[in-house]
Amino acid sequence: MDATTSFPPQRRSLHRFANPGRFLRLSGAVLPWLAIPAILLTVIGLVWGLFFSPPDWQQGDAVRIMYIHVPAAWLASAGYFALAACSAVALIWRHPLADLAAVEIGPVGAGVTALCLATGSLWGKPMWGAWWVWDARLTSVLILFFLYLGHIALVRAFDSPERGYRAGAILALVGAVDLPIIKFSVDWWNTLHQPDTITLTGAPTMYISMLWPLLFCTLGYTLGFAAIIVARLRAAVMERRIRALLMARVQESA
Amino acid sequence: MTHLPFVAASYALGVLLPVIYAVAAVQRTRRATRRLAAIDPRRARSRGSLPA
Repeated sequence: MDATTSFPPQRRSLHRFANPGRFLRLSGAVLPWLAIPAILLTVIGLVWGLFFSPPDWQQGDAVRIMYIHVPAAWLASAGYFALAACSAVALIWRHPLADLAAVEIGPVGAGVTALCLATGSLWGKPMWGAWWVWDARLTSVLILFFLYLGHIALVRAFDSPERGYRAGAILALVGAVDLPIIKFSVDWWNTLHQPDTITLTGAPTMYISMLWPLLFCTLGYTLGFAAIIVARLRAAVMERRIRALLMARVQESA
Repeated sequence: MTHLPFVAASYALGVLLPVIYAVAAVQRTRRATRRLAAIDPRRARSRGSLPA
């Protein structure tokens, strides 16, 4: 039976992509359109930021760390938002790909959060004189890193994958409360970390010669993150099919 | 360039991490594709119908 026929109309569009064959075809077509621009934009942004953008009048060349740190910080939060959104879809609509997507986002999100913390430390040592301070922004991002690690551990902690997915989804939704804390930590508390340089409502408080490479890097890393998630999800869908086939063979032979 | 070791370490991490994730994803996809092609009866049938 076709997977789309068993659901009411409002759920059909969502579950249309739950069909593994359809998902693999669609994602296979989308993947090059994510990966190639991601590589181009990131390389241009990093080379521009490293060699052609001006040094900061106060920070000197340490400002170039921003071209890695800011995209990593953005992706740490955006990745967790995606993880929480997939978890909500999995819990509410029982979408089979949403569970897998959440599982695949976890390790990549943890990696970019670790990159954000590491590059923040590498910037903090020459600028603040310390690798780490228990500042509200830094601490809330460290909590986000632990939430990612907790999700990775929890989804693998059960014999039944479905129970692991459900426990991980609940943790992801509860942990989403950390996202506004990260965003507004620099406004709510007196922090060593500077306030947002780029906002939706105001003009950016940085030179345009620094803003352009930052935008290239941010867009490039974001597309790269999406490409890696799609590639991992494709592999996970195929691995699930392999497990199902092997289980069917075992049951046949028993 | 001022603070060169810190900048170089940041760029090394910023390049290495995505490359490691991308290579791992490609290898995992290839492995899964090979295994699926070996055991999936639908793929085996479609392979069998192709001219040699």
